[in-house]
Amino acid sequence: MDLYIRPDYEVVRNTDRCIACRVCERQCANEVHTFDPETGKMRADESKCVNCHRCVSLCPTHALKIVKTDNTYRENANWSAQTINEVYRQANTGGVLLSSMGNPKPFPVFWDKMLLNASQVTNPPIDPLREPMETQLWLGKRTAKIERDEKGLLKDTLAPQLKLSVPILFSAMSYGSISYNAHESLARAAEELGTYYNTGEGGLHRDFYRYGKNTIVQVASGRFGVHKEYLETAAAIEIKMGQGAKPGIGGHLPGAKISADVSETRMIPQGVDAISPAPHHDIYSIEDLKQLVDSLKEATEHKKPIIVKIAAVHNAAAIASGIARSGADIIAIDGFRGGTGAAPTRIRDNVGIPIEMALAQIDARLRDEGIRDEVSILVGGSIRSSADVVKAIALGADACYIGTAALLALGCHLCRSCHTGKCNWGIATQRPDLVKRLNPDLAYKRLVNLVSAWKHEIEEIMGGMGINSLEALRGNRLMLRGIGLTDTELRLLGIRYAGESL
Amino acid sequence: MKKYDYILIGNSTASVAAIEGIRSVDPRGSILVVGDEERFVYGRPLISYYLLGATDERRMDYRPRSFYEDNGAELRLGVRAERIDPAAKTVTFADGSAAKYGRLLVATGSRPFDPPMEGIESVPHRFHFMKMADALALEKYLSPAARVLIVGAGLIGLKCFEGIADRVGSVAVVDLAGRVLPSILDETGAAMVQRKLEEHGATFYLSDSVARFDKDTATLRSGKRIEFDILVTAVGVQPNTELVKDVGGEVARGIVTDACGRTSIPDVYAAGDCAESFDIASGTRRILALLPNAYFQGHCAGVNMAGGSERFDNAAPFNAIGFFGMHVLTAGVYEGEAYVEKGEKTYKALFCKDDLLKGFILIDLPERAGVYTAMLRERIPLSQVDAESLKRSPGWNAFPAEMRKARFTKEV
Amino acid sequence: MKRIYVKEEWCLGCHLCEYECAFANSGIADMVKALKGKTIHPNVHVEDCGDIHFAVNCRHCKDPICVHSCISGALTKGEDGVVRIDRDKCVGCLTCVLVCPYGAVLPAPDGHAAMKCALCTDNGRGEPNCVKYCPNGAIVFEEREAAE
Repeated sequence: MDLYIRPDYEVVRNTDRCIACRVCERQCANEVHTFDPETGKMRADESKCVNCHRCVSLCPTHALKIVKTDNTYRENANWSAQTINEVYRQANTGGVLLSSMGNPKPFPVFWDKMLLNASQVTNPPIDPLREPMETQLWLGKRTAKIERDEKGLLKDTLAPQLKLSVPILFSAMSYGSISYNAHESLARAAEELGTYYNTGEGGLHRDFYRYGKNTIVQVASGRFGVHKEYLETAAAIEIKMGQGAKPGIGGHLPGAKISADVSETRMIPQGVDAISPAPHHDIYSIEDLKQLVDSLKEATEHKKPIIVKIAAVHNAAAIASGIARSGADIIAIDGFRGGTGAAPTRIRDNVGIPIEMALAQIDARLRDEGIRDEVSILVGGSIRSSADVVKAIALGADACYIGTAALLALGCHLCRSCHTGKCNWGIATQRPDLVKRLNPDLAYKRLVNLVSAWKHEIEEIMGGMGINSLEALRGNRLMLRGIGLTDTELRLLGIRYAGESL
Repeated sequence: MKKYDYILIGNSTASVAAIEGIRSVDPRGSILVVGDEERFVYGRPLISYYLLGATDERRMDYRPRSFYEDNGAELRLGVRAERIDPAAKTVTFADGSAAKYGRLLVATGSRPFDPPMEGIESVPHRFHFMKMADALALEKYLSPAARVLIVGAGLIGLKCFEGIADRVGSVAVVDLAGRVLPSILDETGAAMVQRKLEEHGATFYLSDSVARFDKDTATLRSGKRIEFDILVTAVGVQPNTELVKDVGGEVARGIVTDACGRTSIPDVYAAGDCAESFDIASGTRRILALLPNAYFQGHCAGVNMAGGSERFDNAAPFNAIGFFGMHVLTAGVYEGEAYVEKGEKTYKALFCKDDLLKGFILIDLPERAGVYTAMLRERIPLSQVDAESLKRSPGWNAFPAEMRKARFTKEV
Repeated sequence: MKRIYVKEEWCLGCHLCEYECAFANSGIADMVKALKGKTIHPNVHVEDCGDIHFAVNCRHCKDPICVHSCISGALTKGEDGVVRIDRDKCVGCLTCVLVCPYGAVLPAPDGHAAMKCALCTDNGRGEPNCVKYCPNGAIVFEEREAAE
């Protein structure tokens, strides 16, 4: 145990309830629990506990709970316990602090400061159980020119589109950062739901080519796993310029997570750290980006939409404008609360901007410049519920990426220890004994359930507003009102304050 | 003369099994069962449990009382078959009546065999221990003061001891062999069982035999004298083969049958303790006078009698026997390389030869012993499994994944 | 008939099924009361082999050797296909334990009888408890075709 750092959590065992079945012991990859044959009782070493709740969930007699320790440093509003511990940790190791999942700091969540409208009297609400409600949509350029052939019939000049039956996609999570079974679950759920999942920059395992119609493949700075068949198998190709959890930073998959399968899929050596550079070394301008967009389009005979993904940063609107002019079909923006398998803590917690602000500004900028129809807008970076989806669409998004919420559906308990590779839920790990804890037969259904539930809620909310299609909701900021926001925030979001009528 | 499609001579395990075998193929054919015991069918090995109080006459029924009716079989008890006429296909009974058969099963079992013992006629209370009638007769004489002499330390003699140990004053056991249960235990196992029995009051006279009886006294070859009130002889058994032998059917030690239960006489089958089996463990034909074996033989014969097709070609000796809570499980023959684990109160000996598990002895280690039996009966080569792991503990984790898949992922 | 099957690839070796089985067959409504401080005697057993785990319980064989070998008629195969043991008739000779190829018939803890899985048809559960509480869908209760 560390001399300076006390555990954050305590494992509390109700000994009246514990039957010493040792399930907790067998299920904890961190080896917190042990059985003491002398006393016949279970023990816990909380210094190893990451509070993932695997033991709590599986305990058949509900004898376990994990509580935040009330062991405390001398109180100080400036020097919180976590800040102090981080200093101790770095003093111990001399290393950069690593973290997983999204920014946990108490920054404002603007979704929670926006309220939705509903119809009363003058325009009636719609009951989605009785009347049609359109949640289907297409992503891609909507700038088809009207051209006719010699017989006077319309020519199909529409750029390739992605058809979605719900405005929700699973965001990029690489095979390597998450397990084979997690990938299979996402792929199968995407197929059943009529939407898409995203390979991340880890390549596409051969077994999953059969889900190609529902797969978005990524081309990232490391170019891992990119080859002709990979591109051809996919429904769309995403060029990853940045990620909300770590803008300006590349990726680093530790060698330990690079198993034989991961190595083959990524086309890199086994057991050696995989470094994705911070920049694409062939992209230093919008013109360079356009070259890559064009190359990918050429490679796939202009049949697939190209997505360009960026992290939400200070000049996101200007950058998006450039991307819209680069030939890309879809812009994906990732907010600073987006998750990750591993990121430097300081970057995760301090770099980037909220997705709400970036989205509002990008949508406004593209409209102002008259190029909004050149691209669809996908947003991610902590979409937590169907209400967030509706608000995002009202702010101008076409559809939303969900990552963290999808992982939660798979069983993730947000312990934020993905970088250790010992995920007790079989999600963010490559250890075979842990990977098998996620049975895709069960897990994919949970994803389907989640998205289906959200879809019902979206229909309900839209109906309440008197809106019967996503098309009519998109960019409809009059449906939003701010609460607890400053004038500047209202201006940037382009919405009025709660109570303000037209 | 009444004609039956099937006549079954004998009314114990093999016969019941034959009815079940016949009915699995032919739901309607007429069946006659004759048994010389005036008693509803019961598990013969239960008689010691009866004396012990672990069961009673009601619970000893081998099948529900409605069994024969449910299966459309006519049951005649207290009737002995005297002879068969293979040419006319008739059976003549002791009461002079006769019946015609389509197919006949001889399941006549065995009877006690006592070698000549001088002066045995002078013993007033002497018993065998094979049938319920034996147990009931013996029970009448049991009293806290009674001194019992059991001749024979085999399965029958020792189970008799267990049954009566707490109901009599003293029990002496004499056997010519140097150890108890010589047919199923090695010296180590036999010593453990002997100690257990001695704890419960048995006095053993081994490597010895009775030279002479004189009413209530037995004089042994060693010169020792044993005074007793009750004598139980459990020295040996003799198969009831006469019905077949008398008409020229092939009989060795027992009635000879093929793997379908057919004797050398057309339309005559045999099963149970009167018939031999091919023992895959020893590689010889022999009588395996064990209840499960009688069932397998009887069922196989029944199916084939009814025109179905079944072969019983993996007979092997296996015994599960208990004494005062000590469980002794054995199987096969004790040839080849031995793997031995001897604990304070447990004993495991596995015998391997020619890449096969040939036999085993397990004392108070019953858990999952059937996995070993499967290795033996199914002749699974040891080289196909993790033999070391299997020897340490019986389990399917010692089998390769494909073998598990074949057995565990489908209906069996 | 519907039987219990184990999916080896999804069994985690957590052994929960053993506890759920012991609980279901305890006749006690509270798991803590039923199992605390006791050695359990479940009808299902998880076998471990490195990272491979699988639960074994009675296969309810079409041609059940335990039933055929039973010396007292205590073991029967019902019309529903379930192989059951009548404790009242069982004398505890353990012949069934000796012959079950799966090691799925077990000596009862009192030493006077054998015990085995009856698919929770005899304890008021209605469905096999091991299946119901397997956290990873590794034990299933379903109809499958026969092995060759």
